[in-house]
Amino acid sequence: MTTREHDASVYEEVQQSSEFQELKRRFRRWTFPMTVAFLAWYLLYVVLSGWARDFMGIKLIGDINVGLVLGLLQFVSTFWIAWAYSRHADKKLDPIADKLRHEVEEKTP
Amino acid sequence: MSSTTLSTILFLAFVAATLGITVWASRQTKTAADYYAGGRSFSGVQNGLAIGGDYMSAASFLGIAGIIALSGYDGFLYSIGFLVAWLVALLLVAELMRNSGKFTMADVLAFRMSPRPVRTAAGTSTIVVSIFYLLAQMVGAGALVGLLLGVTSPAGKAWTIIAVGALMIVYVVFGGMKGTTWVQIVKAVLLMTGAGLVTVLVLAQFGFNLSALLGQAAATSGPAGNPGQYLIPGLKYGTEAQGLAGKIDLISLGLALVLGTAGLPHILIRFYTVPTAKDARKSVIWGIGIIGTFYLLTLVLGFGAGAIVGREEIVAQDPGGNTAAPLLALRIGEEIFGSVGGTVLLAFIGAVAFATILAVVAGLTLASSSSFAHDLYAHVFRRGQASERQEVVVARISALVIGAIAIGLSILAQSQNVAFLVALAFAVAASGNLPAILYSLFWRRFNTSGAVSAIYGGLLSALLLVVFSPVVSGSATSLFKDLDFAWFPLSNPGIVSIPFGFLCGYLGTIMSKEYNAAKYAEIEVRSLTGVGAEKAAKH
Repeated sequence: MTTREHDASVYEEVQQSSEFQELKRRFRRWTFPMTVAFLAWYLLYVVLSGWARDFMGIKLIGDINVGLVLGLLQFVSTFWIAWAYSRHADKKLDPIADKLRHEVEEKTP
Repeated sequence: MSSTTLSTILFLAFVAATLGITVWASRQTKTAADYYAGGRSFSGVQNGLAIGGDYMSAASFLGIAGIIALSGYDGFLYSIGFLVAWLVALLLVAELMRNSGKFTMADVLAFRMSPRPVRTAAGTSTIVVSIFYLLAQMVGAGALVGLLLGVTSPAGKAWTIIAVGALMIVYVVFGGMKGTTWVQIVKAVLLMTGAGLVTVLVLAQFGFNLSALLGQAAATSGPAGNPGQYLIPGLKYGTEAQGLAGKIDLISLGLALVLGTAGLPHILIRFYTVPTAKDARKSVIWGIGIIGTFYLLTLVLGFGAGAIVGREEIVAQDPGGNTAAPLLALRIGEEIFGSVGGTVLLAFIGAVAFATILAVVAGLTLASSSSFAHDLYAHVFRRGQASERQEVVVARISALVIGAIAIGLSILAQSQNVAFLVALAFAVAASGNLPAILYSLFWRRFNTSGAVSAIYGGLLSALLLVVFSPVVSGSATSLFKDLDFAWFPLSNPGIVSIPFGFLCGYLGTIMSKEYNAAKYAEIEVRSLTGVGAEKAAKH
């Protein structure tokens, strides 16, 4: 149950390794820009709801207007980003993370 | 049989089933990891459902459906913020927290900083946020029962609050995380079934033509003389009458909703209930699917209530629109299956609403009592000297005490409009907790002074701004209508307090020389690779 204590130097060694740096780069390069993107897209939607009400009210099909379609697109983009992240993590992050974890756990009995 | 009787029977069946689960869970709960984290043995799908059960409150089920029914488009805006927020949790927080923490939010912070001040700050913030949210839910429960069961006397409402509170205490004290999680899973399934069923019936009534539903809702419930206004933004939030401040308030609310979720303690502890970070990822993805679908359903429920029940009838029962969804269930059931059908459907939705409240308040009580026992008692008062057994005993006692405090405060506040507390809980979580968590996971230089500054800075700025806002004094809808000490023009503090929390964290950090490279290396490696992460319990 208790967490095994690893020698601190092991962590610094792993942190310096090129494999870990690659894992960190792959993680941050995907999640940081994506976070900025979805927050900006959400804020754009909120700002349009405050300041561009005529635009949001333009009817597209029957009573379905731009605001409703943009709102539904927020759902679509959220589902899509969740799916895309899961794919990215499975393919690009998990293999390196698993390998590094096994290596460290072997080094320290 | 009246729908009140049937509703009571269905609700009692839910209570009996969940108490059975609690008894079973209490026998399975032996260690601290069992009590705080359900033995970390839930699957991704189970935890995904529990995330939905923990998050989809009565405020979002009845509240959002009601806002959509009465104000059209603007209710939709609320649910989008609640959903998009989960991406912050998925991309930046869930897996890294699962890998580096143990039982509470503070574990991640205390990892590389001086534990006592950081745990004191995080524990305080956890308890404050959870109690605000609890109050909003429990006062809402009193009002809801009043409406559904026809109990209108203050004494009747007080007894409802006591009953809800007593059940919540029993779930948490005896069932711990395991019992609470199963209550949330059962509730999520019931809620999705109920909302899904009514949605399909509403859509069928309009030949599955969304445009026809919207048009009918606008015609029946839109503002007289200008029904088109109903389908565009601005009937409720940031109305033209409120001017610029109203629109900035809208942005402020949106920011708190989208950034608050990943800082809510009762949400964060859910990531510890699964065996690995991969399962935490899977559970958030399931959670996003469930929560997103649910908000799409509430969209149809809200417009359906606007179209089929109509504004007049909704407002006559509750000016806030909280009974729009139950009324819709009654009417659509009657139209399609006759009067018995209406009664059954109303009873079912009423029972689902109770289940919803219970599951959410149990999650909140668990989060706050866990933090009290694990952060404040074991690590601050006892300096890490408490045994696991003592910690769990204290956790159970504090669940009882926090539950009792919540019941007392809710009874005192039962005639007040405390709905603003939900938005305030999100604002505090986004302003204090989120900066501390993000900085400690991603910023090498971050230290104790920074963490403490971020949490207290965010917490206090959000609270003070609300105290001096129109929510508390100076307007016809304020808590204190006869006093006026408001100088902050917005009802939602987020747009100021969130940047302020991040700024406090930054300044607090650079003003202190403390910096531990070895510890940062450890949390960075552990959070990304899962080395040394807490394992699932084996029974």
